[in-house]
Amino acid sequence: MDNQSELIIEAGRTERHYWKDLWRYRELFYFLAWRDILVRYKQTVIGLAWALIRPLLTMIVFVVVFGKLAKLPSEGTPYPILVFAALLPWQFFANAFTEAGNSLISNANMISKVYFPRLVIPTSAVIVSFVDFLISGIILVGLMLWYDCAPDWRIITLPVFIFIAFAAAMGAGLWTAALNVKYRDVRYIIPFVAQLGLYVSPVGFSSNIIPEQWRLLYSINPMVGVIDGFRWAIVGGNTQLYWPGFLLSLALVLVILVTGVVYFRKTEKTFADVI
Amino acid sequence: MSSAITVENLSKKYIIGHQKQERYTALRDVLANGAKRIAHKLCHPFAASEIDPTHEEFWALKGINFDIKQGDRVGVIGRNGAGKSTLLKILSRITEPTTGKIRIRGRVSSLLEVGTGFHPELTGRENVFLNGGILGMSNAEIKRKFDEIIAFAEVEKFLDTPVKRYSSGMYVRLAFAVAAHLEPEILVVDEVLAVGDAQFQKKCLGKMEDVGKEGRTILFVSHNMVAVKTLCSRGIVLNKGQVVFQGGVEDAVEQYVGQDSLDKNEIYWDTISIAPENEYIRLKSISIKALQGSIIDIESGIDITIGFYNKTAGRHLGLALHLFTLEGLCLFTTGIFLSSNSEAEIGVFSTRCVIPPHLLNVGVYKIDLLFIESRRDLLFKIDDVISFEVEHTAAGRGGNMARAAGVIRPMLDWTYEFSPQ
Repeated sequence: MDNQSELIIEAGRTERHYWKDLWRYRELFYFLAWRDILVRYKQTVIGLAWALIRPLLTMIVFVVVFGKLAKLPSEGTPYPILVFAALLPWQFFANAFTEAGNSLISNANMISKVYFPRLVIPTSAVIVSFVDFLISGIILVGLMLWYDCAPDWRIITLPVFIFIAFAAAMGAGLWTAALNVKYRDVRYIIPFVAQLGLYVSPVGFSSNIIPEQWRLLYSINPMVGVIDGFRWAIVGGNTQLYWPGFLLSLALVLVILVTGVVYFRKTEKTFADVI
Repeated sequence: MSSAITVENLSKKYIIGHQKQERYTALRDVLANGAKRIAHKLCHPFAASEIDPTHEEFWALKGINFDIKQGDRVGVIGRNGAGKSTLLKILSRITEPTTGKIRIRGRVSSLLEVGTGFHPELTGRENVFLNGGILGMSNAEIKRKFDEIIAFAEVEKFLDTPVKRYSSGMYVRLAFAVAAHLEPEILVVDEVLAVGDAQFQKKCLGKMEDVGKEGRTILFVSHNMVAVKTLCSRGIVLNKGQVVFQGGVEDAVEQYVGQDSLDKNEIYWDTISIAPENEYIRLKSISIKALQGSIIDIESGIDITIGFYNKTAGRHLGLALHLFTLEGLCLFTTGIFLSSNSEAEIGVFSTRCVIPPHLLNVGVYKIDLLFIESRRDLLFKIDDVISFEVEHTAAGRGGNMARAAGVIRPMLDWTYEFSPQ
């Protein structure tokens, strides 16, 4: 009997077992992500193809509008690749942020009836978006083959930037998820941010067209650093990383992630009472 | 034997907002109220911070203490609103206590609802895995028990059908089957047995008995006194957030049944502005209580008293009552002519209706009221005025553990003859 763990529930006590619990419930990440992926394409005719069609169409529109009509510079790379290298992390971020932000509300029933570390819910929402990200990555590979545009050594740094994108999506997702439980205003802010961000971030154009004196200010948008990093790693050639801006974005991503986790943990215990 | 659960001075406070209808806070209101408070502080810098009149504290649990030994099977009983569900939620770590401390030794599984997280689009098979995962089982564990679960639920043929096409009985069976195959050291169960048909309820109770025999600790909340008596060895009676009794289960049930019926099921609309009304009628009060004894059960009979104000004169007024089950099935209509020979005058009517003993079955019922003129024109209809529960006490004809099948439960005359061979 002595090997039984003793659990103490007390008001305002930060649980020592939290991270251990999170590990114990690791399969739940998988179950929830698996559910969302399964459910997403049930009763659809073309199923998973939707994960390819949406980014492909967005990319084509951006190439036509920014590349052909506005004739923005492409720095020697084919415009579709320039756009898609940015669209990939952006869509991942936007989807993850939206899904994570709404995840607690849409799983309200579970929250009020069963215990598990609540971090599981928004995290699996981000994981689902990550799967979509990997699927749409196929398009990028296809484009690079089509344009015969081989990446150089920098491609091996890509996982680092993927990790930063993940951290950004996670941090922002945790903030909105926790706030959404109490303030449903967030529900209206989320799609707005996702929509506006697409144009504010350097998705349809290179961030090099931003005047030098505004570059640092522009990098306050953490996705600028992530997108620039993706372009730098994928496109190769003579694209340069604007380091001060990148570091600023990186620092902001870290701040959002850490504060996001802290705020989420702090409010987590009251979710069941207010949701 | 050592303690499995020790609860010390446990309290839980909820803030209930008056006036507000929304369940969630809007950022706008927080900002507006914040600004108001600052403005108030600036104008009256020395005023003590006053209590917000729109928010009232409500103690769902207040200073609870108890101790549960390993292997105890404890029934938690109490009226609606006594704090049973709050207690379970805190023990299950769904919500946090306001004060107090709980020590739990052993792995806890709680079943506050069956089928939590079931997704209608997914198949039965997929849902078993999902639900198992949510309840804390590992993938390997579910795989090992999968066949057993399916056999228990009796849904072998529909494993690959989305559960949205299941009948409600199949759905509940599958959901309970998953939960029943958890193997915790401490099992916390809310009234999950109040689902499914009688046959399945028996099966569930049987399963619970097995779990108890294996020496696990069980905490069981129920209104079904027979089930509590059968399954549990000890009882805790809660009333208004406090423990009023703990001890042997027989005594606990007796204590509960003997409780003064202070929380009678009644509504008085003291404030005219909130009373249901139209140009003809204003409702004043409605109360429902047991005809005999303090608890409404199948033998007690039910006394329904309705008070209303008739606003217009010169009508042939009638009052009808529709009784519905929780599922929305209309059980019967009953009514009275309040002015059959003359015309009703302006004033207050107090009407009383008695539902005789041995008519309603155990369950929750809802009432609609209809005010009628000249036996045909509807003057005023109020849906869902009040609801009440016919409880499953262990007394007399209620002595069966599962709810008897059927919407009503009349006591009929039976005779028999027997001729020996």
